[in-house]
Amino acid sequence: MLSQYLFYFLSFLAVISALLVVFSKSSVQSVLWLIVTLFAISGHYIFLLNAEFLGVVQVIVYAGAIMVLFLFVIMFLNLNQEVEAHKPAVLKFAATISSGLLLIIIIGSLKGSEQLGTHVGSNDFSSIKNLGRVLFKEFLFPFEVSSVLLLIAMVGAVMLGKSEKEG
Amino acid sequence: MKTVQGISLDYYIWLSAALFTIGVLGVLYRRNSIIIFMCIELMLNAVNLLLVAFASYYQDPQGQVFVFFIMAVAAAEVAVGLAILVLMHMNTKSIDIKVLNRLKW
Repeated sequence: MLSQYLFYFLSFLAVISALLVVFSKSSVQSVLWLIVTLFAISGHYIFLLNAEFLGVVQVIVYAGAIMVLFLFVIMFLNLNQEVEAHKPAVLKFAATISSGLLLIIIIGSLKGSEQLGTHVGSNDFSSIKNLGRVLFKEFLFPFEVSSVLLLIAMVGAVMLGKSEKEG
Repeated sequence: MKTVQGISLDYYIWLSAALFTIGVLGVLYRRNSIIIFMCIELMLNAVNLLLVAFASYYQDPQGQVFVFFIMAVAAAEVAVGLAILVLMHMNTKSIDIKVLNRLKW
């Protein structure tokens, strides 16, 4: 029963703050609401889905690193005082309608599928020990490739950030 | 940690669908490219949540490993994308997504 309440609370928090990301006026506020969303999702991971490791990584990587990067760029570009251009009302209306239709399609496509029950929880499969074993045995090659990907991304970001005049 | 049970997987599918749709709405609704970027992150997170829910349902750690990789790719994507945005702001003094219309020609 407690988990039900926790689920509803975290889901409500996630959805409301996700909506506020889209509709808030200043971009700094959007970033802060996105942090709230990410914390709610990591609460799902930790308390309800037996994925403590991913919950912690979610907080560190998303709420820690990525959001700091966003905030840094917003401060760096000094975007706060600008008056932002908005789309015309017709386009906004069309965007709302089409994303609502997308939601209806996704929900509707689930109608015919088989009923899925509740998950049976055992902590064993998702312990850090097990996760590490899977990561370094079955997924060793993708793991190495993702490290190369991060290196390439770093080099690319530095290359793009350099001004062209310096050569 | 004590395992909490009793939540149907359907609820997680609906929650992920709602979060994904809000991300799509943000991409279609706004013109500020930083906020469009954040909405893409939101969509990635919706997919992550669904993957973790299914991994928990099927008792399979591979789903969680996938989420781990998605996080790594998202971090790389954000670094490069924000560098491109900074470059775009330097060249055009704007982060309006409409400026990128000129890439069509």
